[in-house]
Amino acid sequence: MIRVILPPHLRTLARVNGEVLLEVQGQATLRSALDALEASFPMLRGTIRDHVTQQRRPFLRFFACSEDLSHEPPDTPLPDAVIAGEEPLLLVGAIAGG
Amino acid sequence: MSKVRVLVGTRKGAFLLSSDGNRKKWDVSGPHFAGWEVYHVKGSPADPNRLYASQTSGWFGQVIQRSEDGGKTWFQPGTPPGEPTMAPGGMPKGESNKFVYDTSADTGKPLTTHQFYDGTQHPWEFKRVWHLEPSHSDPDTVFAGVEDAALFRSTDGGVSWHELAGLRGHGTGPKWQPGAGGMCLHTIIQDPKNPNRIYIAISAAGAFRTDDRGKTWRPINRGLRSQYIPDPEAEVGHCVHHVAFHPSRPDVLFMQKHWDVMRSDNGGDSWHEVSGNLPSDFGFVIDVHAHEPETIYVVPIKSDGEHFVPEGKLRVFRSRTGGNEWEPLTNGLPQQDCYVNVLRDAMAVDSLDSCGVYFGTTGGQVYVSSDAGDSWNPIVRDLPAVLSVEVQTLP
Repeated sequence: MIRVILPPHLRTLARVNGEVLLEVQGQATLRSALDALEASFPMLRGTIRDHVTQQRRPFLRFFACSEDLSHEPPDTPLPDAVIAGEEPLLLVGAIAGG
Repeated sequence: MSKVRVLVGTRKGAFLLSSDGNRKKWDVSGPHFAGWEVYHVKGSPADPNRLYASQTSGWFGQVIQRSEDGGKTWFQPGTPPGEPTMAPGGMPKGESNKFVYDTSADTGKPLTTHQFYDGTQHPWEFKRVWHLEPSHSDPDTVFAGVEDAALFRSTDGGVSWHELAGLRGHGTGPKWQPGAGGMCLHTIIQDPKNPNRIYIAISAAGAFRTDDRGKTWRPINRGLRSQYIPDPEAEVGHCVHHVAFHPSRPDVLFMQKHWDVMRSDNGGDSWHEVSGNLPSDFGFVIDVHAHEPETIYVVPIKSDGEHFVPEGKLRVFRSRTGGNEWEPLTNGLPQQDCYVNVLRDAMAVDSLDSCGVYFGTTGGQVYVSSDAGDSWNPIVRDLPAVLSVEVQTLP
């Protein structure tokens, strides 16, 4: 199972409190993890990736194992520790303003 | 006794303010969608418990919310709580926030481009829903005015949205340009006497009208004059801030333009200025008394460079003559050291016998007048900046 930590506003939208656990079919990549996330929580469609282009929304970033995965190709396999459920995949909203 | 429910959208959530017909004691509910910008909340005239809300965020994009119980509970229309998340055909149901612009049927390419701040042509990019306008007769039909400017319609209660692309495609799109707040379609008026006719307005393009239920559109800006564009009397390019009308006279329109308060007596075919003795004819809101079609309200703002009320005084101006002759309404409103703005969708009227007028400020106050503007009281003083105010008159 892949563990995913959503930013607070998306947890509210998805009506979940803590981590989300996802069963990802086949190779676990950023794309397949997000596909699985949106299949389980369709209300999140469009809030993480653009509906049409599937591009990451500019103020969201993807992190795991202290690495920024935001600019990795979407079909890059996720780190082994994430696939093994030892580390979560984090979706982080940019801190902006000041 | 009748009741009123005021629907307030703010920078950090939505609030519902409820009272009986006396409009003295208020219950405040909220924040709903805390932390998100709520550009607009509006109820269906055909089913007052059906509310639609536009919840939006620079981080997470657009979400449409719907309530079936007058705002007590909310859900995204594509994903009712407790129901399967997939439709029988396997299609995901979470499409309530999917606003996709039409492309050319011939080429598959974008329908058109618009003028960007630097004068170059720029593709349309969806950003948010500014205004939701439910149908007069069908609770499941609702229009959405969006940024970048376009008109969408849902006929399934907000589950799916489809563009009325004849508006962007009619030919003037390349001359539209964003105003300071973005290129937004902010006003949608359905003619209650003629279902074929809809008016819309865009900053900064102007006003447009359809006479065939949204299939074809044409600009209706003759008489508008805007010194800040290369051709002050151009067919499009005018920064219209808001348009209002009285349902009994759908051919009479009142407009608050960037500068100038305007009036049309022929469905927008031509306009003339009615700013008269206003201290400033810059402003955002304009509205019409529920029972007196010639009584209109504006809140003058100092200038486009100083978005606050003139002289530190919050004054609503009322004309009982359809414009030109205006009187300041100040009783109960701060008359010193006040520097708030009142945004374009932040004024509304109820339809009780003594017409109630409501408006919200960027300082977080929502004011009510239960005597058509003669006196005012704050319902709430300390909300986040108010983006929109609507009111429902309930039995």
